Amino acid sequence: MRVAPTQAERPGPPGEAPSSPRSARAVAWARRRRALARFWAAYRRSAMGMAGLAMLCFFVGLAIFATFANDTGTNPALASGPVLHPPSLRYPFGTDRFGLSVLTLTIHGSKISLLVGLSATAITVVIGAVVGIVAGYRGGLVDVLLMRLTDFGLVIPWLALAIVLASILGPSLGTIIVVIGLTSWPGTARLVRAQTLSVKERPYVERARALGASPWHLVTRHILPNVFPVIFANTVLVVAVAILSETTLSFLGLGDPFSISWGSILESAFAAGAATIGAWWWLLAPGLAIVLVVLGFTMCGFALDEILNPRLRQR
Amino acid sequence: MSVLSVRELHVTYRTQGGGVAAVRGVSFDIDRGEVLGLAGESGCGKSTIAGAILRLLPEGTEVTGSVLLEGEEVLTMRPGRLRAVRWAGASIVFQGAMHALNPVRRVGDQIAEAIVAHQQAGPREAMVRVGALLEQVGLPPRRIDDFPHELSGGQRQRVMIAMALACNPSLVIADEPTTALDVMVQAQVLRLLKELQRDLGLAMLFITHDLSVLSEVSDRLAVMYAGKLVEEGPTAQVFHDGRHPYTRALAAAFPTIGDPSFRRRPSGLGGDPPDPQAIPSGCPFHPRCPEAFDECGRTEPALYDAGPGRRAACLLVRSALAGAAEGER
Amino acid sequence: MIAETTTGRAAEAALDPVLRVEDLHVTFRGRVGLVAGLLGRKGADARAVDGVSLEVGRGEVLAIAGESGCGKTTLARAIMGLVRPDRGRILFEGRPIERDLRAYRRRVQMVFQDPAGALNPRQTIYESVAEGLRIHRIHRGPNGEGEEELVARALARAGLRPPERFFLLYPHELSGGQRQRVVIAGALVLEPQVIVADEPVSNLDASVRGEILRLLLELRDTLRISLIVVTHDLGLAWTIADRIAVMYLGRVVEMGPAEEVLTRPLHPYTRALLDVVPEAGGVERPILQGEPPDPTRIPPGCRFHPRCPEIASGAAAAAGVEAACRGEDLGLAALREGHLVACHLAALRARSKA
Repeated sequence: MRVAPTQAERPGPPGEAPSSPRSARAVAWARRRRALARFWAAYRRSAMGMAGLAMLCFFVGLAIFATFANDTGTNPALASGPVLHPPSLRYPFGTDRFGLSVLTLTIHGSKISLLVGLSATAITVVIGAVVGIVAGYRGGLVDVLLMRLTDFGLVIPWLALAIVLASILGPSLGTIIVVIGLTSWPGTARLVRAQTLSVKERPYVERARALGASPWHLVTRHILPNVFPVIFANTVLVVAVAILSETTLSFLGLGDPFSISWGSILESAFAAGAATIGAWWWLLAPGLAIVLVVLGFTMCGFALDEILNPRLRQR
Repeated sequence: MSVLSVRELHVTYRTQGGGVAAVRGVSFDIDRGEVLGLAGESGCGKSTIAGAILRLLPEGTEVTGSVLLEGEEVLTMRPGRLRAVRWAGASIVFQGAMHALNPVRRVGDQIAEAIVAHQQAGPREAMVRVGALLEQVGLPPRRIDDFPHELSGGQRQRVMIAMALACNPSLVIADEPTTALDVMVQAQVLRLLKELQRDLGLAMLFITHDLSVLSEVSDRLAVMYAGKLVEEGPTAQVFHDGRHPYTRALAAAFPTIGDPSFRRRPSGLGGDPPDPQAIPSGCPFHPRCPEAFDECGRTEPALYDAGPGRRAACLLVRSALAGAAEGER
Repeated sequence: MIAETTTGRAAEAALDPVLRVEDLHVTFRGRVGLVAGLLGRKGADARAVDGVSLEVGRGEVLAIAGESGCGKTTLARAIMGLVRPDRGRILFEGRPIERDLRAYRRRVQMVFQDPAGALNPRQTIYESVAEGLRIHRIHRGPNGEGEEELVARALARAGLRPPERFFLLYPHELSGGQRQRVVIAGALVLEPQVIVADEPVSNLDASVRGEILRLLLELRDTLRISLIVVTHDLGLAWTIADRIAVMYLGRVVEMGPAEEVLTRPLHPYTRALLDVVPEAGGVERPILQGEPPDPTRIPPGCRFHPRCPEIASGAAAAAGVEAACRGEDLGLAALREGHLVACHLAALRARSKA
């Protein structure tokens, strides 16, 4: 704990007159920059976090590359390689039943998998956070109703619900995104509500109320910023789950039949009986990609939790 | 003979940023039947001393010096002997009984646990002892089957005291035992502690920041600042006529109701108690001391003789000594 | 040096009460589970504030003292408008506060017990202090000052100088005393007329308390801010209060000039509280047994009677008031000039002296 601020903390050159005007906005931005720098310094110290981040950067880079790269390698009609060939120098992860390189397929599959994962997460987190904060802040009847709704979502078997929804909405990318989003938000909502309840009781919230703050001000200025770390750490884990969910749904044939994702690669492999005929390489690349991406997100999530949860921090 | 004899105790915590010296050379004695009050504010190291005496500090903490409990050196005890000594030789009454009591176990069982663990009795005999202990602390014996949440704050603190006495220790360390309590309940608990201490002839180390409580309960008073003792002596003298400027400032923060000199004259020190990681040079108190002079920033005072049974770590006391010596010549 | 006569202040207060509380009741409804509620069972209601009337004059320091559970914190929160009373009203400058709660909140500010908790750890000091201005959409001061200047002035007034040094710091980078000053600055920035301080120094180190208390007194002297200090520490009341109200189980049992009440208490509870203030030597003196009953089970008659030493010693019976103590609830009566007490025995004694 510091006792007195040092000269180094003072913004601006030492010769500046103390009453030089500095807008509140500039002050706030300076503060945000400093906070971000501090956060990054803390994050850098976590080996797990940096490893996870590296993995994610790799896959995101891969997806970006795939977006701009030529995708002829995924068109069965243009396949030119040997069919079901085990890994070799030319085809590091072998080929599928059309003779397409599994590696190429996997690289292109990253686009959809990551896209779906991130969009579904966005829906989950937005709905979950709004429900959680409203329920936690308002309490009373609103809380009871929202929580029963949340419990409903938590209790229903996810997969069954997903399949029903998908069959109603028809197989497509949008369907998967919506389905994952709608079935995952209850978990986030619970977490956010618990944190909201805890923050709501803190003295500085009461102080803001005593100052005359409106509920909007309280939620946006005090509750949200203090609930945010929990949301953030949870988001990272939700992405991992969303990607796995996409894999599962695509694997079950509920996704867009014309787009390539890791789940769809696994689905075609399975449909072709890859396991029985011993074409293990067909399953390896997408499987490995999924595992690494999920691992990456999880590791980042752990590191974030450690940083943002003061009790876990080694001061 | 002293029940507790501490010599040159140094405690350094290990942190990410290096070592933090919480206690920097403390020495004192407590005799049988005596209550030594240890006063100080946050960061002074007093609670660390409580932990150090029974070696309850976190793994990796460096503890040097000597702690003799009934003549035995605690710091070099073998683990088996240490376990035996913990609670049966010296016990602790913690602050905030709500946290020190297991909420899912009955209080009777928790007290009995200590007795049985020290093989002082079998389970049935232990419960009889527990009943007697509860009576001793002023609780009806039927409380033996209550859970902690069924008791009030004052009652829980009494349970803590009963627990501390369960194995007949010769030394009881009370670490802020009444801080979280209401004034009335605090008075009840203090009276209880004082009575028990007298009846059982216990030696007691009473640690608190509340100097007024110590003025009532302790025989001798020691004041800590920045990891060291700055004054020690008979309670009334130290409280009313401190020789160290910090002692005087601290005592002044506890006004005497009815004394007009305290009316509308709040007295306090500027600055804050020093961070153990940033202790000022020379006398650690000099930045806040109203009587500091040049040398105070350079020389760290030792504990100088300040009267019969009194010591104070202040260069002014040293000058007074030198002056007295001069006068005699 | 801060020294003014008590009678002068009391006289001023009588002429010009800036805040008045009239017969305030705050009850927390008992809660039961869904099924029990359907079956018609009701939980016990907690009458946290059970009929309190008091007033605070301009520039006066009123201490509200009592143990935990006596309702003083609930009273403070009701005064701040954070808790709605069931009965009674609060008047600010003669007008009920519900008429315009928002405007009221500018004029009456609160200082909290835990300075670390009262500041949002994610906001800089600047933002914490500016918050009040932003909530009330005050962009310019009375003389055209900008927000930054108002914040700087508030920080300086609270003793943090130079104020700019603190703008970008976070609460955890300050010491306890500095944090409390920031909270006070946050209250000052709106130029309030009344500050309600709930245990303003109990969480601070003893040697630091004096500075904060001195600051509060200075604010009273220079800015004529009225102070309501809620505390369990009678020593604190002795140090800074002009008047003191002692609360027990939701009621004020004694109220009057601090010097008078703390040196010549008339209510047995006040006397008991004063008796247990620790002092050197540890004189053997009476300590009340047991603990204060909770607000869901308020005793009939005088609510203090089960623990009253006057009943226990037989003094009440001897004076013939014991029946009244056990059966007749009573409010405050002025037994001396400006000194009100709610006690049958004290009232009897005062009458017989008259």
